[in-house]
Order: sequence, then structure tokens, then C-alpha cells
Amino acid sequence: MAQVVTSQRGPVTGTATQQRKKRPFLLDLYSTAVGKKYVMGLTGIAMMGFVLAHMIGNLKMYLGAAHLNEYAEFLKQLLVPIAPEGVVLWLLRGGLITFLLLHLHAAWSLTRLNRHARPVKYQSSRDYQIANFASRTMRWSGIIVLAFIFWHLADLTFGVANTIGTHGVFVKAEVYDNVVRSFQRVPVAIFYVVANILLGIHLFHGAWSIFQSLGWNNPRFNTWRRAFATGFAAVVVLGNVSFPIAVMAGIVG
Amino acid sequence: MTLTEELFAKNTVKLDSKIPDGPVADKWDNYKENMKLVNPNNKRKFKIIVVGTGLAGASAAATLAELGYQVDAFTFHDSARRAHSIAAQGGINGAKNYKGDGDSVYRLFYDTVKGGDFRSREANVHRLAQVSVDIIDQMVAQGVPFAREYGGLLDNRSFGGAQVSRTFYARGQTGQQLLLGAYQQFSRQVGLGGINLYNRSELIDIVVIDGRASGIVVRDLVTGEITSHAAHAVVLATGGYGNAFFLSTNAMACNVTAAWRAHRKGALFANPCYTQIHPTCIPQSDDSQSKLTLMSESLRNDGRVWVPTNPNETRQARDIPEEERDYYLERLYPSFGNLAPRDISSRAAKRLVDKGQGVGPKKNGVYLDFSEAIERLGHDVVQERYGNLFEMYERIAGENPYETPMRIYPASHYTMGGLWVDYELQTNIPGLYAAGEANFSDHGANRLGASALMQGLSDGYFVLPYTIGNGLAPLLGKSMPGIDHPEFKAAEEAARERFNAYLAINGTKSPDYFHRELGKIIWDYCGMERTEEGLKKALELLPALYQEFKTDLRVTGDGDNMNQTLEKAGRVDDFFQLGMLMCRDALDRKESCGGHFRSEYQTDEGEALRDDENYCHVAAWQWGGDPMTPNLNVEPLEFEAVHLATRSYK
Amino acid sequence: MSNHLKNITLRIWRQAGPAAKGKFETHVVDEITDEASFLEMLDILNDKLVTEGKEAVVFDHDCREGICGTCSLMIDGQAHGPQRGTATCQLHMRQFKSNDTITIEPWRASAFPIIKDLMVDRSAFDRIIESGGYITSETGGAPDANLIPISKIVSDAAMDSAACIGCGACVAACPNGAANLFTGAKIAHLSRLPQGQAERYSRVEAMVETMDEKFGSCTNHGECEAACPKEISIDVIALMNKDFRKAKFANRKDLARK
Ligand SMILES: Cc1cc2nc3c(=O)[nH]c(=O)nc-3n(C[C@H](O)[C@H](O)[C@H](O)COP(=O)(O)OP(=O)(O)OC[C@H]3O[C@@H](n4cnc5c(N)ncnc54)[C@H](O)[C@@H]3O)c2cc1C
Ligand code: HEM
Ligand code: HEM
Ligand code: SF4
Ligand code: F3S
Ligand code: FES
Repeated sequence: MAQVVTSQRGPVTGTATQQRKKRPFLLDLYSTAVGKKYVMGLTGIAMMGFVLAHMIGNLKMYLGAAHLNEYAEFLKQLLVPIAPEGVVLWLLRGGLITFLLLHLHAAWSLTRLNRHARPVKYQSSRDYQIANFASRTMRWSGIIVLAFIFWHLADLTFGVANTIGTHGVFVKAEVYDNVVRSFQRVPVAIFYVVANILLGIHLFHGAWSIFQSLGWNNPRFNTWRRAFATGFAAVVVLGNVSFPIAVMAGIVG
Repeated sequence: MTLTEELFAKNTVKLDSKIPDGPVADKWDNYKENMKLVNPNNKRKFKIIVVGTGLAGASAAATLAELGYQVDAFTFHDSARRAHSIAAQGGINGAKNYKGDGDSVYRLFYDTVKGGDFRSREANVHRLAQVSVDIIDQMVAQGVPFAREYGGLLDNRSFGGAQVSRTFYARGQTGQQLLLGAYQQFSRQVGLGGINLYNRSELIDIVVIDGRASGIVVRDLVTGEITSHAAHAVVLATGGYGNAFFLSTNAMACNVTAAWRAHRKGALFANPCYTQIHPTCIPQSDDSQSKLTLMSESLRNDGRVWVPTNPNETRQARDIPEEERDYYLERLYPSFGNLAPRDISSRAAKRLVDKGQGVGPKKNGVYLDFSEAIERLGHDVVQERYGNLFEMYERIAGENPYETPMRIYPASHYTMGGLWVDYELQTNIPGLYAAGEANFSDHGANRLGASALMQGLSDGYFVLPYTIGNGLAPLLGKSMPGIDHPEFKAAEEAARERFNAYLAINGTKSPDYFHRELGKIIWDYCGMERTEEGLKKALELLPALYQEFKTDLRVTGDGDNMNQTLEKAGRVDDFFQLGMLMCRDALDRKESCGGHFRSEYQTDEGEALRDDENYCHVAAWQWGGDPMTPNLNVEPLEFEAVHLATRSYK
Repeated sequence: MSNHLKNITLRIWRQAGPAAKGKFETHVVDEITDEASFLEMLDILNDKLVTEGKEAVVFDHDCREGICGTCSLMIDGQAHGPQRGTATCQLHMRQFKSNDTITIEPWRASAFPIIKDLMVDRSAFDRIIESGGYITSETGGAPDANLIPISKIVSDAAMDSAACIGCGACVAACPNGAANLFTGAKIAHLSRLPQGQAERYSRVEAMVETMDEKFGSCTNHGECEAACPKEISIDVIALMNKDFRKAKFANRKDLARK
């Protein structure tokens, strides 16, 4: 006659949560979706800081060529003589690039995770209540911003794209002329405008989203999150979009 | 010689209630001191099957697994968290006397015995009152967010049939929070491997070998596969049979199958006619309705029940002047008023509606009015206390209770009857235990509010873990029949045939149709008020309808994948057989007590008239091969601590 | 009072089994009272189908009081249908008009495989709870319930998130199929209470990791909150993220200690 004791039962006490393996802290954090969102948020904030500062810096354009060029030079001179010329700037650039790559990788792997989470889509149309255009197009707005950055670097930093479709020579230090030259090409100007609006849309959700992702949800400030994100996105977009328009309108140049 | 003694002499089964010696207050302690124990290292050698993951089942399974037993848990729900316990709204009693209003274990014990109209077993009830205190501690430790006062201490409310505030609650979702607490404790053990959970698996038979419960046969609802499971002990915590009425406040899936299959295998079914009709439910709005919704009894703390004095009243409730309103509960039962026990309030409402004083489009309800409470306490306090219940009412009835009074009417809600169990919660089949609403134990002929959650948890947390050990100890080292035993094979085969038979009938009417018709009969003749000829009528109608069921049932689809129609057919079949037993029990009990009201036996004021001389006993029925020919067994009830008295709430 | 809706067209997803290929099937309900609940309408339809010899539409439901979390229908592109803070079973036909066409789909998520027609398997939620969604307090050892006073505000807040009925609408509604609202709600419930502190950080790590294995990630769309029949706020998600961060540090400290 068979004994009924078939299944081997587990321990009587202890906790069901299994001993977790030790990993380097950052990897450990990054291995989870929540961790990846932290990375997105932090890199996002850094990049937000950059675009804001960058936009403000570029406002010098309205003060005339000299000021803008000086400013560009000043960036190179940061912390000279403590550090040799350009080093700090390169550090900043290095930082930016890593952030962008991290942000990109996190975005990419989370997107894959989410695709796996719903392989079969709803067969009838969804009726979204809260999710908006911005939140649902983060990937695309992001990608286009990325594309923009490539062009932008080729255009105004390395100059290779700066003279396409116009004549004249790209002189690194003549930042002002470079900008004007670039934006006198209507398609380029339009691309800048479009790209920056998309960046704005990305930030419209992103700058709100960070508070959730980083667990900053003090109920007292919840109502302000939306205002902050809208305001931030608006400032960056208006500032940036104004440049190409100003050039085409002949205010700058 | 009294009828009880006469019947007792004729018992076909030896009923030993195993009540320990000593005064009622010491019985439980005496039991625990003298019971046999299983050594911690030996516990893992025993396997226990727990059917049901409601409050009783989940708490039992979790505790047994914590002790070290192997536990296999079964539920037909998709998750242990869904059990019907989740729907309990009002609260759970505990004799904590935190309010210092004179509560005590004895008073809770006394209230429960009295509330049960002196038809329950003193020893069990006292044990229930004793452990009620530990239940509250246990649940709070698990993080159940009971309502609190600003000082941070636990809040209490009062409930029907009690004059003290001893009811703990979590908004209108007490059952949910308690079940989730038990479910989480249960889930921890599943995670640890202490419990194997079989969800979406329905028990369809019990296997008894050499007079001992050796295991169960279950049907996997997803694949239709029928399998056997053997164990040293089987616990049925499978809930009540209120859905026999079709329209009830019970969840749609509640059914009697588990208990009934055990009954057919020899377990006695006690007091089937003791069913509770809850006074505060939302009246039926149309005939297609398939479920009634309860409005927690706690509403009666602040709501006032009334009907217009004029049967032809046509005005809106708020336009009816005070002097033309009959606050009948306050009038008839001054000391308990709107908090009179359920059976009493329900009958009072029925009488007035029958007299034509009912309200609402179908004139099938009475008013539950909060205008006075809103004036006294303010809108906010009322919202704080009952907000979510008011919302639920508005969603269903489409009226706003803050402005127009609620309309309520009694509906089937709870079943005091169930599998007969002794003091150890063991049925007359050794190794087969019943807990929670599935057994008959603690509520006699009527259950007081907030005491079912208490009973389910006390059975599961604080009684079974002891009594099962006492039963298993002698089995150590003895080999038990496994699922290869012919009895298991036979039971599986019988089950397969039963389900194939439903599919084969290929008649014209759905299981739902039969359930609805069955429910009507039971509600009309075995509901709030019962009469001899009514019950006799029912006992003619039921077999006829059952015959039709067997010949004209239609079940579409097949048996080897998810088929809710087939599930339903099996459950309705068992409800039919139970229905006949309910009516038979109600017919034989020639007295009125608690939820069982026979119009022939009432006082001049229309109150229940007990016959302690002849009916102070438990009627435990034995399966007689056919639903119409059960054998009656009785367990006489003795009252030492509480003196038999007519229940008065005036 | 009650009036009647006429000619309701139902587009219902029918799928024989998990692997089978499904399709929409159209049925017409000629007349129904607006007092009827949405599920009662389906009951009536099923009764008709069975008597006609067709297979009834399989859908999950039980309490019909909005508390058990069994019912789970995607109605016209919204989890639990158009009415806010309302589970499918509490939805009444008042919400619809004559001649409406109503489309009904099952929850769709890889963690919730379809069993048949509109019924899905939500066991993945149980796995999350099993991994740590509890307070360890074995039967018997509990101290007196009033030993630790808990501020009413705290216990009310805990109750708000404890109200989760485990229906899965959050996952169904989330464009990413994320279970963050469900998991966050349980974490918020337990980690707000004093009893929950001892396991606070092991709990959040374990639950988040289990959640990751089966569900998508949260990009703060906020759809879950809108679909949740208990209107649980996405604050619980932020709270979970915060606890997760703290856990990463706290737990490493503890590991280092031993
Ligand atoms: C609307 C409502 C409100 C209530 N409010 C209160 C209240 O405020 N206070 C109070 O004290 N009581 C209340 N009650 C009563 C109380 O909720 C129940 O009596 C109690 O919860 C029953 O718990 P249980 O564990 O015995 O059974 P249940 O919770 O019904 O669990 C039954 C379990 O058994 C399983 N099961 C059943 N049959 C089978 C089978 N054949 N195979 C496999 N599994 C099976 C089910 O899946 C389920 O898991 C209320 C009841 C209702 C209907
Ligand atoms: C490389 C191109 C980029 C891609 C593919 C990308 C993609 C994404 C995606 C998919 C998200 C997740 C949405 C969410 O979690 O709410 C996100 C968030 C965010 N992105 Fe980007 N993005 C890019 C570039 C940028 C840039 C340049 C900035 C800032 C100037 C930025 C700022 C943010 C912010 C602030 C968030 C919110 C992070 C959070 O919620 O924690 N992104 N991005
Ligand atoms: C239309 C608005 C913008 C204008 C007019 C503008 C202008 C410039 C100029 C003139 C430079 C070269 C500075 C130098 O070489 O000294 C530059 C560099 C750069 N810009 Fe912009 N920019 C704009 C928008 C943006 C945006 C939106 C981004 C990012 C999302 C961006 C990212 C960069 C980066 C990464 C560099 C390189 C920085 C460096 O090499 O130090 N710019 N920009
Ligand atoms: S959080 Fe809301 S939507 Fe998600 S499971 Fe719980 S109750 Fe359902
Ligand atoms: S909808 Fe999904 S993305 Fe996050 S906020 Fe809710 S889980
Ligand atoms: S059926 Fe229980 S929540 Fe809808």
C-alpha cells in the first residue's frame, strides 16, 4: 500500500524571499526595471540640466557675435589654469555622452521588456484615459532627438555638415557665423524647430515622470509636478526654437 | 418520554460530541491539557488536505503548514484570495472589552447562545468566545488595517443582537481585509513549499476507506481532468449553501457540493433548515436578476427603518410627514430598536411588505433612512462610516442614499446548518473535518452579526491545529491507502460518469433555469416563514422538478476544457438533493426557533415559539440512498451555563 | 425609474483555448432593462446560447459586489468599462444607450494567459504575493492588538492601498503591461504599518524582482489608476520605487554585516 507522503515540503520557518546573490551595486540596481528607471531619471535630469544651460548660453546670440564667441571660448577656458584648456569641457562632454548612452540603453531594454509583456495586442481599439501623446511617444521623440544631436554635432561642433548647401568656410571659433550660416538654410532651420518641439514633448512627460521614477512623491508637491514639467519643456522649446526663427527673420545675422 | 429522547433512541449512527469534562469555561483548557501531540519532526510525515481557502480554509492551511504538516490546499477559485469570505462587510466580534462597556468572554458566549435561540452547543460557543480575543491580535499582527480612533487604538461598533460595542471593522471591507491577511499568511507557506496549492480545482467526491476519510477526487476546471489525492486527514472549509435559494447575497459560485458529497459518503448533515435571511439587502429590481447585494448590517447603527403607514402611499419618502411613518422596529423592540437580531427584523419587514406597506417601484422593500443621522453627525461623519456602502448602493439602485432613504429587503445570506461535527470539528467520519460555514457548529438556529468571520478564523487558527494533531498522533507509522487503491479508482470512475451524464441528457433547459426554479420553490416554502402544507407542497414540487432536471437538462460544450455550464450542472444537482433535505428538516421541526419560523408555532405577538421539551436537539441527517429518504439522528442539547429562556429583545 | 435599452450589439472575443486562435463573435441583445448589471446581460445571453445548443461565453466572475476581483473584462477599450472606480460586475446598463455596439475582450498580457474566451489566468499576482507580500507572524505569537497604537491617518492610508482587489485591471490597462500598481499597493499597505517594518526592505526587493520576471515596466502612463476599481493612486508606485532604492542600500548593509 503506497504511503501518501509524496511531496517534500519546504522549511518550516524562515522567509520565502530567497537569499539574493551579491552583485556590484550598480549592476544589481540596473538589473531590475525599477532600477533602470532610476538610471533613466538621473541621466534624464543631467541632460535636462544641459539643455537648459545650453539654451541660456545660446541666448548670448542676441547680444551679438562677440558675446557668443566669447562664451564658447569661456567654456574651453573652464577651470584654467587648474586644469589645462578644454579638459573640463571634455569631461562634461564625456559625461553627457555616457548619460545619453545609458539613457538610450535603458530605454531600449525597457521597451523590449514591455513588448514581451504584451505579445498579443488588444484586438479592438483602446480608449486611453490618462496616457497622452507625449507619454506614448517617448521612444520616438527620444530617437528623433538623438538623430538631431548627431546632425547638430556634425553641423555646429565639427562643422562637417555646416557648409552643405551653402558656401563659406566653417571656423570653429566663429560660433556665431556658423549658427547663422547653418540656419539660413531653410530646411535645416525647419528641422531644428521640429526636433526641438519633439524634445519639448519628450520633456513634457519626462520632467513629470522623473518624480514618480525616483520616488519623489511628497503629496504636498504632487500638484506642482505637472506645472514644473510643462514650464520646463516650454522654456527649453521657446528658447531653442527662437534661434532658427530669429536667423530666418533676419533679427540675428 | 420527550420526542428528543424517543428520536435519540432510534439513532442510526452513534453521535459522540466528545465534549470535554469540567465547567464550560474550563472545557477548552482541559482539552488542550489532555490532548495527544505530534512531535515536530513527525509532523512532516503527515499530509493534510484542506479544501477551501476562505477564512477557515486559508487560516487552517497556513497554521498547519507553519506547524510542519504537509498541506495540499484546493479551491475552485482562480486564487486563494477570491473566496466568498472576501465579501463580508460589517465586521468581526472579539470579546476584548476595549470600550470598557462591560463586555467579556462570558457575555459574548451568552449573546451567541441566546442569539442562536438556544439551539447551539454550549461548549463550542464558549470556546469560540474565548479564542475571539486571540483572533483580533493575530489579524492585527498580520497588518489588517482595522479602523482606529485618533488616539491610535482600535475602534469598535455595535452589531445586531448585542448591547456592547465589540465589533472590529475595516471600513465596509472587513471580510476582504481579514481574508487578505489569512491569504498572505497562506501565500507565505505556498512560497516556502509548506502548502501545495491546487487552484481552479473542484472537489467532486470524498473517498472513505475502512470507515476513514482517505482522500478526495477533484476535477481540474481548466482541463476537465479528474484526479485523486490521498491524505491522513481531510478538512472541508467549503462555505455555506445559501445559493440553494438561487437569489442570495452569496457569491455566484458558492455551492454545497463538497459538503453534500461528504454527506452522500456517510457524513451527517445537521440542521439544514437553519438558514439566515438578512434584513438589509437591496430589493430585487427585475426578474432577470441573478444576485442580491447585501447592505452591511452596520448601517442599522445609524439608519432608521420605517415604512409609510398608508399602504397606498404615493409621495416621495422625504415628503411623508413623521406621523405617517411607522418606525416599526423601534416601536416593537424598544430596547434593541433598529439593532434587533436578523431573523426578527427580517420577519417584521416581510409582514409589512405582505400587508402592502412596501416601498419602491415593486413595493418590495422598506426604507432605511439616514436623514436623522446626517443631521446628528453631519454628512462627513456618515460618509466616513458608510461612504463606500452608499456608493455601492447608488451604483446598483441608481439612487443617492444621502438624499433619498435606501430601500432594503431581506434576502438569503447565511446558513447555520452544515456538516455535523463534534467538539473537535470532526464529522462522524474519522479523518474528515469541517470548518467555517460548512459545519453546523456554533450558531444554533440564528447567527449574530460579525460572528461568522470570528468562527471561520477560530476554527482555522485556533481549533483545528490542535484537534487534528490529536487525531493524527495515533496514526504515526501506520501506512495509509494511496491513490492506487481501488476505492479511489471507483470514485474517479463514478465522477466521470456523473459529468458525462449531464452532457448526454441533451435536453432543452440550462442549469441556470433549473437553479432559478429550484430557488423559487425553496424561497416560497422554506424561506422566512414556513408552514406544514407549504413544506409538504415543496416536497412534491422538488422531486418533480428534479426529475425534469435529469431528463431535460441541456449542457453544451464538452467535459475536457473550461466549461462553466457543466460546473453549474453538477452544483445544481447537489442543490436539488439538499433542497429536499432542507424542506424535510423544516417539516419535521415542529417549532419556531431563530431562522426557522413555522407560522403554526408563534406567540400572540407573532414571535418565534420554541418547544424546548421536544426539539432542544440537533437534527443530524444521514444519507438514505435517495434524497427523499434520509435517516434522522438527534444530538440532545444540554444547557448548563445559560438557562433556557424565551428570547426577548423588547 | 427603470426603462429599457433596445438592440444592443455585442462584439465578444471567443477563443477555444490558450493556444487556439480567437475571433470576435457578434450577438444582439434585443431588449434589456437598465436596472440589469452588465454581467446579468451576459447571463441572459449565455442562457439563450445554451438553450440554442451553442457554447456559453466563458467569463470570470463571483461576488458581483466589486470586492473579490474575479470579474475582468475589457469593455470598449477600457478595463472594467466606462464607469470610473467601478468593477465590471458593478457596471450597470444605465451606462449604455439603445443601439450601442459594445466590444468585449479579455485582459491581454503575457503574464495573464487566456484560458478560454474572456477568462484569463492571473496566478502571476499570487506569485508576487508569495515572494514577500505578507507580514510574517505565525499563528499564536501575536501581542495584544492595542499594544502598538497606529495613527488613524497612517492606518487609513494603509487601508486605501490594502483595498486592492487583485483584479488585474491595472496590468490590462497599462500600455506596458506593468503590474506596478498592484505590487505598489501591497507594498504601500504593509510598509506603512509598524508591523510591516521588520521585513520592509527584504519584501520590496523580493516583490519587485518577482514582478520583473513576469510583467512590463512602468513608464508612468497613469492608465492603471484610471482603470483601478478601487481608485488606488499611482503614488503607491512612487512609494515602491522609493522603498526599493532604500532597500538596495539597507539590504547591502545587512549583507555586509553578516
Ligand atoms: C455579503 C455577505 C456579507 C457578510 N458579512 C459578514 C460580516 O460582516 N461578518 C461576519 O462575521 N460574517 C459575514 N458574512 C458571513 C461570512 O462571510 C461567511 O460565513 C464566511 O466568510 C464563510 O467563510 P468560509 O471560510 O467558511 O467559507 P468561504 O469563504 O465561502 O470559502 C469557501 C472556500 O471553499 C472553496 N470551495 C467550496 N466548495 C469547493 C469545492 N467543491 N471544491 C473546491 N473548493 C471548494 C471555495 O473555493 C472557497 O475558497 C457575510 C456573508 C455574506 C454573503
Ligand atoms: C537618446 C535618445 C532618447 C531616447 C531613446 C529616450 C527615450 C526615453 C524613454 C523611452 C523614456 C521612458 C519614458 C518614461 O519613463 O517616462 C525616457 C524618459 C526620459 N527622458 Fe529620454 N530619451 C532620449 C533622450 C533624452 C534627452 C536628450 C533628454 C533630456 C534632454 C531626455 C529626458 C528624459 C527624461 C527626463 C525622462 C524621464 C525619466 C523618468 O521617467 O525617470 N531623454 N526617455
Ligand atoms: C536650436 C537651438 C540650438 C542651438 C542654436 C545650438 C547651438 C550650438 C552651438 C553653436 C554649438 C557649438 C558650440 C561650440 O562648438 O563651442 C552647440 C553644441 C552642442 N549642442 Fe547645441 N544648440 C541648440 C540646441 C541643442 C539641443 C536641443 C541639444 C541637445 C538635445 C544640443 C546639444 C549640443 C551638444 C551635445 C553640443 C556639443 C557641445 C560641445 O561640443 O561642447 N544643442 N550647440
Ligand atoms: S491595483 Fe486596482 S486595478 Fe490593480 S489589481 Fe488592485 S484593484 Fe485591480
Ligand atoms: S499605466 Fe502602466 S506605465 Fe505605470 S503608471 Fe500605470 S503602470
Ligand atoms: S465579481 Fe467580484 S469583483 Fe466583480
